[in-house]
Amino acid sequence: MSDDVVTPEDVRHVAGLARVDLEDDEVERFTEQFADILAYFETLDAVPEVDSEAELTNVMRPDEVRASLETAEALQNAPDHEDDYFKGPNVS
Amino acid sequence: MSDDIFITEATIDGESDGPLAGKQVAIKDNISTDGVKTTCGSKMLADYVPPYDATVVERITDAGGTIVGKTNMDEFGMGTTTEMSYFGPTDNPAAPGHVPGGSSGGSAAAVAAGAADLALGSDTGGSIRCPAAFCGVVGIKPTYGLVSRYGLVAYANSLEQIGPIAGTVEDAATLLEVIAGVDERDGTTRDPPQGDVAYSDAADGNVDGLSIGIPTELLEGAEDGVVDAFWDGIEQLESQGATTHDVSLPSVEHAVEAYYVIAMSEASSNLARFDGVRYGHSGGFDGNWNETFAAGRAEGFGDEVKRRILLGTYALSAGYHDKYYKKAQNARAWVKQDFDSALEEADVLASPTMPVTPFELGESLDDPLQMYLADANTVPVNLADLPAISVPVGDADGLPVGMQLVGPAFGERQLIRAGSALE
Repeated sequence: MSDDVVTPEDVRHVAGLARVDLEDDEVERFTEQFADILAYFETLDAVPEVDSEAELTNVMRPDEVRASLETAEALQNAPDHEDDYFKGPNVS
Repeated sequence: MSDDIFITEATIDGESDGPLAGKQVAIKDNISTDGVKTTCGSKMLADYVPPYDATVVERITDAGGTIVGKTNMDEFGMGTTTEMSYFGPTDNPAAPGHVPGGSSGGSAAAVAAGAADLALGSDTGGSIRCPAAFCGVVGIKPTYGLVSRYGLVAYANSLEQIGPIAGTVEDAATLLEVIAGVDERDGTTRDPPQGDVAYSDAADGNVDGLSIGIPTELLEGAEDGVVDAFWDGIEQLESQGATTHDVSLPSVEHAVEAYYVIAMSEASSNLARFDGVRYGHSGGFDGNWNETFAAGRAEGFGDEVKRRILLGTYALSAGYHDKYYKKAQNARAWVKQDFDSALEEADVLASPTMPVTPFELGESLDDPLQMYLADANTVPVNLADLPAISVPVGDADGLPVGMQLVGPAFGERQLIRAGSALE
C-alpha cells in the first residue's frame, strides 16, 4: 500500500496545475479513486533496473519555405478573434 | 441501425480508381477530415471542423475509398467500452445489449453492422484490437512508425498508431497497405526494413511450419469461455501445420501500471492545448487566463479525461516523477526486452485479445481501476512498439472472442498470413 495517502488537497492541487476546475463531489470521488489507482501504480517498485538503449535518430528536412494554413482557416475554429489574431483572456 | 455508430455521417468521395474503389470506409472521430467535424467524442471539440485532412484520409480517398462518416469513440480515446463518449454509447451489433469495446467502438461496430466495408481506428493500448474482438471483426495495430499520425488528435503519442478494422484479414491488409509508409509530415514514420509495404497478398492462410509462442501470463487472468475459444483457434492453426510452445513474459505483470502511468503523463501534456482560444469549447468565462481556462476545461472534458489528466499531472509533478514516470519507462524497456527475446524463439505470440467477453452496457462504469485491468493483454504490445492483429475465434456463450497474434517489428505480413489461417 501507499505511504502517501491522497488527500482532497492533493487532488485540488493537481487540478490547479492542470487548469481543470473541480466540483466538491468530483474532488471527493477522485480522492478515493486516486488512492486505489496510485497504490496499484506502486507495484512498479518491484520492476528490476533494465539497461535499455533507445534506437533513436533525428529526422531532419531542409528548411524550405512552403505553403501553410491560410490565416482565415487557422481562425475558423476560434471562439473569438480580432483582425488576424486569436483573442484570448487577460493574462493576469 | 447506425444512428449510434456515427457521430457525424458525411460523404467524402474518393478517386474513381484504385485498390479501395467502391469501398465505403468509416473513420474514427479523432482522425482529421477537412471540412467535416472531428469531435474526438468530446464536448470540448463538439463543433471543431479541421481545415485539413489527416494523411491516412488523403491516402484512402486517393486509393478510391469513399468516406461514409466519423465513428463514435471513448472521449479522446480514453476507454475500453465507447461509453465514455460525450455523444452516448454504441450498441454491439454482434452482441446486442453489450458494449462494442473501445475506444474505437464505433469503427468496429460500423464494420460488424455492415454500415461500412472498412474502418480506421487508433490503438494506444488496445483501442483497435479490443473492439475488433468484442464485435467479431478483424483489427490490426501496426508497428510503431508504420502509419502516419499526421492529423490524428494526440492522446499518448509514444504509444499510439492508426490501423485498419475489417470483416476479413485480407480486407484489413488491403487497407493497411493503402495507409502504411513514410510521411514527411510525421517524423516518427519509418519504412519497413524489407522495403515495400505490401500486405494484401499475404493473406494466403499458409501456416505450415509457423512457430507460435503462447505467453502463459496472458492466459492466467482470462475467463474460461475465452480460454476455450482461444485453444480451439490454436488447434485450428496446429491442424494446418503450425507448432506451439509456452513462453514466459514476466514483465507483463507490470505492463498495465506502466502503460497507464505513461499514457496519462503524455495525455496531461497533449491535452494542455485545449484552452478554448484557438479551437474548442471556451465557455465564455470572465477572469484571467488561468481562471477562464480552468472553467472552460471543466465543462469541456468528461470524467475519465479529467481523471487521466490529473493523474498524469500528478505522476509528472515534482517529487513524483522518479517514483512513477521513470519506473514506468524502466518497466517499458523490460517489456520490450521480454517480447524481443520471446520472438527470437517464435514467429508469432498468441493470446486471447481480451481476457473477458463484452460487458453489458452500463455494467462497468463505476470502477476505473477494474476497467484498466481489462487491457492486460493488449497494452504490453504498445509498450513494446510491436504489431498485433486480432482475429475472431468463435464465441463464449454467444459473445465474440478474439485471438491476438503479436509479431516482431514490421512483421505485419507474418501476422496477416497467420491470422488468415483462422478464417
